[in-house]
Amino acid sequence: MEISPIFFYLFAGVALAASAMVILKRNPVASAFSLVMVFFAFAGIYALLDAHLIAAIQILVYAGAIMVLFLFVIMLLSADVPSFDLRRAHPVARAVGGVLSLVLFGFFVWAFKNSPSPAPLGNFTAENIEAAGGNSRVLSELMFSEYILPFELTSVLLLAAIIGAVAIAKRKQSLPTEGRRK
Amino acid sequence: MMTHVEPWVVLAFCAAIFFIGFAGVLIRRNILIVLMSIELMLNAVNLTFVTFSKQLHHLGGQMSVFFIITVAAAESAVGLALVIAMFRTLRGVDTDQIRLLRE
Repeated sequence: MEISPIFFYLFAGVALAASAMVILKRNPVASAFSLVMVFFAFAGIYALLDAHLIAAIQILVYAGAIMVLFLFVIMLLSADVPSFDLRRAHPVARAVGGVLSLVLFGFFVWAFKNSPSPAPLGNFTAENIEAAGGNSRVLSELMFSEYILPFELTSVLLLAAIIGAVAIAKRKQSLPTEGRRK
Repeated sequence: MMTHVEPWVVLAFCAAIFFIGFAGVLIRRNILIVLMSIELMLNAVNLTFVTFSKQLHHLGGQMSVFFIITVAAAESAVGLALVIAMFRTLRGVDTDQIRLLRE
């Protein structure tokens, strides 16, 4: 693919190093900030791949909203005491986790490298998208025509998630409200 | 000077990030780190979708990423609410403390 190798390997290296830090750091706050680095590096790779709208949404939703949520919960629970639970993990669990990840990763690389390159499915080449008004415009037009049903279902999902999150996280009242008023 | 990157290199990078997240889910016990590892795996899959979207000249992949990001936001909101409920009950965030059904 016609993308700049320098920037790709730069962002890929940052993402790999930061995601290794996410799972190896003792302190959850340090892990959360490494995760922010991963999200920014991913946004850079999306921009390299001409997915400009996805890159913007990645920064707004992941690096903005989701990470603020994570940091709020870490500080709310005062769970930022360093605990290196990696060393307490069962040796079998560690071995299985590490070996299984490496074997499956090798299998995936082998499969990606040896599979024939697939024939193009559509005509959204970079030139056609540019002529039709750019990535954001083409994607928005698709979103409100071909993908309108999943888009509307997403709003139902978000409503359910809001109600579910509030219902789960709400503090249970030990006394009924009538009893407390007396 | 190279001007392009082979698609399988990008896909292998996605697989590497995915399995770092996979290993994180398996070996860590802090439930916040487990949730972050799940976010890592979701991001790796998103990048796979975008890579194939570029390779196949089809925007369905980028639309899928849009919906996956929405579902991931909903998932982390509900997941962190569950973490708060768990902390309130068990006074801890370690997954090996979850053994209410065993007692």
